[in-house]
Amino acid sequence: MDQTKQEPYVSYLEHKGKYTGIRSWIFTLDHKRIGLLYMYAIMVLFFVGAIMGLLMRIELLKPGETIMKPQTYNGLFTVHGIIMIFMVVIPGLSVVFGNFFLPILIGAKDVAFPKLNRFSWWVYIAGCILAILSQFLKNGPPDTGWSFYAPYSTTTGTNVIMATFAAFVLGFSSILTGLNFIVTIHQMRAPGMKFMNMPLFSWAIYATAWTQLLATPIVGITLLMLIAERLFGIGFFNPNLGGDPVLFQHLFWIYSHPAVYIMILPALGVITEIIPTFCQKKIYGYKAIAFSSLAIAGVGFLVWGHHMFTSGMSNQARWFFSLLTFLVAVPSAIKVFNWLATMYKGSIDLKPPFLYALSFIFLFTIGGTTGLLLGSVATNVQVHDTAFVVAHFHYIIFGGMGFAFFGAIHYWLPKMYGRMYNFKRATIAWAIIFVGFNLLYFPQFILGIEGVPRRYFDYLPQFQPLEVISSVGGFILITGLIMMVYNLVQGARKGEIAPANPWHGSTLEWQIPSPPSLENFDEAPVVKSNPYDYE
Amino acid sequence: MTEKATHIEAHADDEAKKLGMWLFIFTELLLFGGLFLVYSVFRAKYPANFHEGSLELSVTIGAINTIVLLVSSMTIAMSLTAIQKNNRKLAMTLISVTLFLATVFLFNKVFEWGAKFEHGLYPGSKLMPMLERGDLLYFSLYFFMTGLHALHIIVGMVLLTICLFKVKSGNVNSKKYIHLENGALYWHLVDLIWIFLFPLLYLIT
Amino acid sequence: MANNTTHTTEYRVLARVLLVLMFLTFLTISVTSYHLAAFGVTVALLIAGTKGFLVLTYFMHLKYESLLLRILVSMVFVLYAVIILITFIDYAYR
Repeated sequence: MDQTKQEPYVSYLEHKGKYTGIRSWIFTLDHKRIGLLYMYAIMVLFFVGAIMGLLMRIELLKPGETIMKPQTYNGLFTVHGIIMIFMVVIPGLSVVFGNFFLPILIGAKDVAFPKLNRFSWWVYIAGCILAILSQFLKNGPPDTGWSFYAPYSTTTGTNVIMATFAAFVLGFSSILTGLNFIVTIHQMRAPGMKFMNMPLFSWAIYATAWTQLLATPIVGITLLMLIAERLFGIGFFNPNLGGDPVLFQHLFWIYSHPAVYIMILPALGVITEIIPTFCQKKIYGYKAIAFSSLAIAGVGFLVWGHHMFTSGMSNQARWFFSLLTFLVAVPSAIKVFNWLATMYKGSIDLKPPFLYALSFIFLFTIGGTTGLLLGSVATNVQVHDTAFVVAHFHYIIFGGMGFAFFGAIHYWLPKMYGRMYNFKRATIAWAIIFVGFNLLYFPQFILGIEGVPRRYFDYLPQFQPLEVISSVGGFILITGLIMMVYNLVQGARKGEIAPANPWHGSTLEWQIPSPPSLENFDEAPVVKSNPYDYE
Repeated sequence: MTEKATHIEAHADDEAKKLGMWLFIFTELLLFGGLFLVYSVFRAKYPANFHEGSLELSVTIGAINTIVLLVSSMTIAMSLTAIQKNNRKLAMTLISVTLFLATVFLFNKVFEWGAKFEHGLYPGSKLMPMLERGDLLYFSLYFFMTGLHALHIIVGMVLLTICLFKVKSGNVNSKKYIHLENGALYWHLVDLIWIFLFPLLYLIT
Repeated sequence: MANNTTHTTEYRVLARVLLVLMFLTFLTISVTSYHLAAFGVTVALLIAGTKGFLVLTYFMHLKYESLLLRILVSMVFVLYAVIILITFIDYAYR
């Protein structure tokens, strides 16, 4: 860095714009500030959702009614799902780290449409407010589950309309963000930054953005149809009026299966950034990882029916979806093998971000292989809608996307705030989270195989030992989470000043000062032919 | 040199805006795509009812509206040609003609819907649930699809009105016409969807 | 998106496209009035597809856009067709 600068360095956090105070955040056009705003909102919503999960675990400590009535439990798992899926994990990594780091990684000043970016953030907040309002209005929280399955969702007396409209609004925000990122990657790359020189996180965000753009409108129109069904009785999903409830499931999963890849692809991208940095080694199989992201996004569009094996779908459709489901596992496995090959003979440094990356691989593999069990028709019929499914998708969504999110915060926090957190506390928190997570969800695999259905507030007495282990795991997990967040907040506020490149990373974000300046690059960045060039 | 640099930057910015508009058009296509999927499923299930239902619609009004939209699509494309040739007055006339044709389309639609409403045929009416199942689904789809399409016509009109004022104020000119180009793209999308709606709703055999 | 946007479509080209579109509209109305059953749907969709292609190519200037954009547009239509086909693997065999 040039030490003879005339003006003192001003980071994006200290920059004085048109507005001051809180308005300098709400009306900001800076992609970095918008990323942080999303992060704060998502962390708060995550804890609200987590506490709801904990309340459900307390209810399940013993058979029968423990602390709540069945209807309260129905509302809780629905709201837990809506918050966690639509407000936390679907936007999750892509709006927080995509916003903050995508422009920096490709050497750009900002995203292509900063005003649209701010607008998406406002729309996101509006959607969150609507969703939260739907919990408190007089008809009671929706009790359909986050999937709003018809025909029950067309007849229940709860606030389904408002909750579905909130999901529609959140989807609109997601579309606009995806649109912005695609144009950013096509148009804003620094001179010399070809597609094949981009860091792999940008590739993951690119694939995700396409999925957001093309899949979300389908669920948008489906939710509008559901609202019209309730208001006018248009009959599309009501068998009494000639409609077909399975059609709702088709339309819903045409979006919601790709949505799983909207969640997990950026997570895979983050892990792909963390691993080469902490092995100080060039990533193995750059092209294979880049194209496997696109392959996952592409094939991911065609496998939605594996959520519907017991819905009365035709046999031909069942084997077709089962076959494609096995195919989509291939590109995910390619990534895992490439990560392992990158670690081979690397100089591995077990810092907190890398610990999260390692545990990600472990948990994602468990989630992925149990996913194959669910993807094959015969076993699926046995465990469909049991606790096994709950355990499987928590391993993928929380063990995968959640751990990648924590890993990403630990990796990029020194860049975002220019300060470092306490390593020892971070490592202890990671260990507690890891143990708590497995205690919480692993017993649910066994419970599911033994036949415990999901979404029930009660169970038979013989399942109590495993249910108790699971609940205890929940408490351990939340303890670890609180410790992690405390450590991160302390680090961001009062931690020691971090150097510009604490991990000796090779991608562009580590070549600029921490925290970055408003325009990211004071001079045009030097683009290397391979972003992971460690010598 | 700086002038040239800003010119290049502005040009890249226009490219970005156009790509953004195309991406938005993709989402609109898939939004209607969901409805067309529902349509095809129910049409396969109730072919006879869908045929009977379509006989209730006036092919003449549908055909007139198709022609109206096709002509409006051409006039807005021509207005872009006019602004590129620096003919502001013609461009403004052509945008106004497009807006007029859009109003004609909506007027026809109101007339068409009004006739159905008079017979008690509208979503949520007492008559609808008493129809045969296939008929009910056909008319639900008819109102949902044409209603959503009409909503897009209105949005398109708002966009084109903004373009009209931008041409008038000179914000859109022969060097910088991306706003009109994007507005026109959106209008063509509305036309494109109607091209498929017309045979599928009015001409079922 | 390296292509420049300065291509201007002449008035007479646009007018000719409109004439073809009008002709196709009359064609589709007259063909379907013959009640050709399943064949009628195919013809109607083929004509509508041709009309859509003309609008995309000339009115929306795709003919003069970059190869990338043309590929993206076709990909969206292919993706949608595949989704419809897959859905009908269920409905056709139920």
